[in-house]
Amino acid sequence: MNFPWLLLIVLTPLIGTLLLFVPKRFIPFSDKQIALYSSLITLIFVLVVAFIFDTSSTALTQFDVSYDWIPIFGISFHLGLTGISLVLIGLTAVLTPIVLLATEHEGMKKRKEFLMWILLVEASALAVFLARDLFLFYVVFEAMLVPIFFLVGRFGGPRRSAAALKFILFGLAGGLVMLAALIWLYFVGATQLGRGTFSITALSNELNMDVWTERWLFLGFFFAFALKAPMFPGHTWLPDTAEQATPGTSTMLIGILDKVGTYGMLAILLPIFPNASKEFAPIIIGLAVFGVIYAALVAMAQKDMKRTFAFISISHFGFIVMGIFSFTSIGMIGSTVYMVAHGLSTAALFLTAGYLIKQKDNSLINSFGGLTKIAPVMTGIFLIAALASIALPGMAGFVGEFMVLTGTFQRYQIPTIIATFGIILAAIYMLWLYQRVFTGTENKETKNIVDLNLKQTLVLSPLVLLTVLFGFYPAPVIKIAESAISNTMLQIGQTDPGPIISKVETK
Amino acid sequence: MMQNVVNSIPTPNFEYALLSPILIMFFAACAGVLIEAFLPNEKRRLTHLLVIFTSLLLAFFAVILQSGPNGRALVASGTVALDGPGWILQGTILLIAAMSALLFAESKVDPLGDAFAARASTLPGGEEEKTVTKLGWAQTEVWPLLSFSVTGMLLFVTANDLLVMFVALEVMSLPLYLLAGLARRRRLLSQEAALKYFILGALASAILLFGSALTYAYTGSLEFGQISNGISSANNSPGLLTAAIALVAVGMLFKIGAVPFHQWVPDVYTGAPTPVTSFMAGAVKVAAFGGLLRIFYVAFGSLVWDWRPLIWVVAGLTMVVGSVIALSQSDFKRMLAYSSISNGGFILVGFSGTNRAAIAAVLIYLITYAFATVGAFALITLIREQAGESATLIRWKGLGKKSPLAAGLMSLFMLSFAGVPLTSGFTAKFGVFTAAIAGGATPLVLIGVLASVIAAVFYIRVIILMFFSDPIPEGPFVVVPSVFTTIAISASTVVTIILGLFPQIVIDLVSSASVFLR
Repeated sequence: MNFPWLLLIVLTPLIGTLLLFVPKRFIPFSDKQIALYSSLITLIFVLVVAFIFDTSSTALTQFDVSYDWIPIFGISFHLGLTGISLVLIGLTAVLTPIVLLATEHEGMKKRKEFLMWILLVEASALAVFLARDLFLFYVVFEAMLVPIFFLVGRFGGPRRSAAALKFILFGLAGGLVMLAALIWLYFVGATQLGRGTFSITALSNELNMDVWTERWLFLGFFFAFALKAPMFPGHTWLPDTAEQATPGTSTMLIGILDKVGTYGMLAILLPIFPNASKEFAPIIIGLAVFGVIYAALVAMAQKDMKRTFAFISISHFGFIVMGIFSFTSIGMIGSTVYMVAHGLSTAALFLTAGYLIKQKDNSLINSFGGLTKIAPVMTGIFLIAALASIALPGMAGFVGEFMVLTGTFQRYQIPTIIATFGIILAAIYMLWLYQRVFTGTENKETKNIVDLNLKQTLVLSPLVLLTVLFGFYPAPVIKIAESAISNTMLQIGQTDPGPIISKVETK
Repeated sequence: MMQNVVNSIPTPNFEYALLSPILIMFFAACAGVLIEAFLPNEKRRLTHLLVIFTSLLLAFFAVILQSGPNGRALVASGTVALDGPGWILQGTILLIAAMSALLFAESKVDPLGDAFAARASTLPGGEEEKTVTKLGWAQTEVWPLLSFSVTGMLLFVTANDLLVMFVALEVMSLPLYLLAGLARRRRLLSQEAALKYFILGALASAILLFGSALTYAYTGSLEFGQISNGISSANNSPGLLTAAIALVAVGMLFKIGAVPFHQWVPDVYTGAPTPVTSFMAGAVKVAAFGGLLRIFYVAFGSLVWDWRPLIWVVAGLTMVVGSVIALSQSDFKRMLAYSSISNGGFILVGFSGTNRAAIAAVLIYLITYAFATVGAFALITLIREQAGESATLIRWKGLGKKSPLAAGLMSLFMLSFAGVPLTSGFTAKFGVFTAAIAGGATPLVLIGVLASVIAAVFYIRVIILMFFSDPIPEGPFVVVPSVFTTIAISASTVVTIILGLFPQIVIDLVSSASVFLR
């Protein structure tokens, strides 16, 4: 077995969590430092793995580590790295230290607990993206509800209890349906392969299900992923949760955890249920397009900044889902890039707005105004985040959105055209929000708002830099994603549709 | 002639070594009675404690020693079956009984003494009650009662004969009727619970006995193996057999508290002293399901297709009704009672798999559930107000602030009941769903999924109350228990976490032992 890099990556935040509870006289670091250092060490490990990662390899997974867990059901603790997981663990490892640094003001009284839950979210997110055993994936998929549940309920706004309950019930509902499908899938595999296995690789490569079994199982898994992502019409928990959660929690939730839903579609649904995926693709694309437009319209009608961001994200998840179910490499790669871009821009939006919201303890859009002069740095960073979010060319989001639309257009012209209106709507809701919050005249409320200081600016700058970097030079992400997507295309037996214009005879 | 008759009666062969766990507990119970008769008041408690814990430990070691490959046998002329499930059930019952006994022994959390009335015979609220309470008297008869009940359970889960089973059921139940009525606080409620439990329990026993008689009438035998043979060879009217199975089923389903035979559960669980409730929710559940498994898998195993629809209906109803009614409960003990009903439904889902995996799944569920439930009830005894335990849920607001440890452990048990992964409750749920799907009961699993989501609401509401709300003024306080309760709570916590992280331990133990002897 190779050096267990992936195990180290998952364990580091967990060890950090444990160290938080070691009596202070044994450790020369404060709680804050322990949490930050462990997330930074995780980031270093991820970077090391990213450099060793071989994009030219055709192997499905690299860096595999596997330990028997429940052998009687063929369950193993199997971690493996695909291009898509690499991109997403990279996002997780970058966002966590930034969230830790940017949320120093959140939950000051219960700081140790806050740090513990954030680290647990990081560990579970890393584990879920790396899991190559479907049972392990499921376990982490469900277990990660608990830290977010506590983050929302312990540190949120006045109606946090209801929001936390709604969040965890939606999560459990999706998860339990997936559990039933998972067990069924296990028996399908056990009957057909002669051995029970939860290995994602084995299930995708060796299994041929009959039509109806595949349809039902697909729906079971899709239900869970669509609730998690979330897609219209299972999205209602996200605005409620985001409204009540603190900006740090929302960043972890929307920036990272919601990607588990789209990751699941791309890395689990498509390879294991290729035929059903193809069958249901038109319906799902329809839902996704509807979600893009619907969520964008609803986002405009919101009075609360955090709710607006949540609806914007739902609209963007629609794009990601479109790319995945376009069954073209360019669409799927676009979705992967979009996931990263969305993670970065959402984090920038929530965290910048978080500094503002914290000062006034209020997130109503109309209560602000005239911040350009009072808080120019904050305004600047927010503007970049806003532009990144609406996928302005030169920002990472543009690369993702463009590739998704290009990929989808090859198979679904009309839906793509409709979805394109989402871009226009995005410009409206985002710039309108910017206009109401930052421009105009200052009022009594906003007069004494303090701008970001140097440290806060430095904390947020990696998000801005990365967004712009990937906007101009997306090649690294695309290359890494491509290595995985080409395998996925093989697994689902798809080739990219040829150019529509046939070759012109030259004289 | 006389000589012949005498010769034809076989000398009963009694395997003392293999039956030793049952015998140890039986002797402990008898010793308890003698202690009551001969020892002076002040020496009784300590002697009882010594006897019960020594005997539980000895019996548990006897189970471990005897349950090897040579320990699988039909003994006592075929009336007791010591097989894999039997040994595992016996071991579980002994462990759970030991944990409940620890709660019985706790006398530090209540300033007045242990959880039991000073004198059960005194009038609730009367002068005499005050006097004996002030004198610090204790109703030490609870110890022999507990031992007798454990004896009954050990025999009940291994009984291979309807008559032995009935006797074991009564030995197990009669002490429980008494124990349920012995609460120190809220005595009228406790006595009402005891009476209700007794009357309904007696009715259920009578129904079971009637069912046994009809079974004998149809098959000509009371022994499970021969009943099974008798069913396939006899050609009496099938109506007789249907009635027999239905009556036996009703008797057993009453004991496990399945819907629609569940009405006694909330009242009895709420009224009984909490240590006794923990014993009922833990050990009685294990025993009752053990008995149910054996009767239906061994004696009526060939009629799976006839009784399976019945179990499907009962399982679905039990899960849904238990979970839905639990939603509206404001008393924590009552909520746990409905939770216990709903969990019974989940066990029945595993049971409906009717295969070897189903036996293993039911056993795993019983083990994990029993440990978690004893832990939850043990925690209830610590959350108190001046007037006794504080079980009104709404008053638990902000408990996490006052006692993060107690509230945190309670949350762990709630998450386990809700079946969240990495707790033992998930291991159990995975097991029963797997067994049910393997046995073709997929629709039942879907109902189970729905019921799980409903159930999650009230489990998670408890966490929300404790952690996400501010404490109310003059709310309950958490007392620091003595070593007894501490051990019980620690044990259930460790089991809940370990079996969640490394389910292989219990799966290995159980699946190698999931075959019934017949």
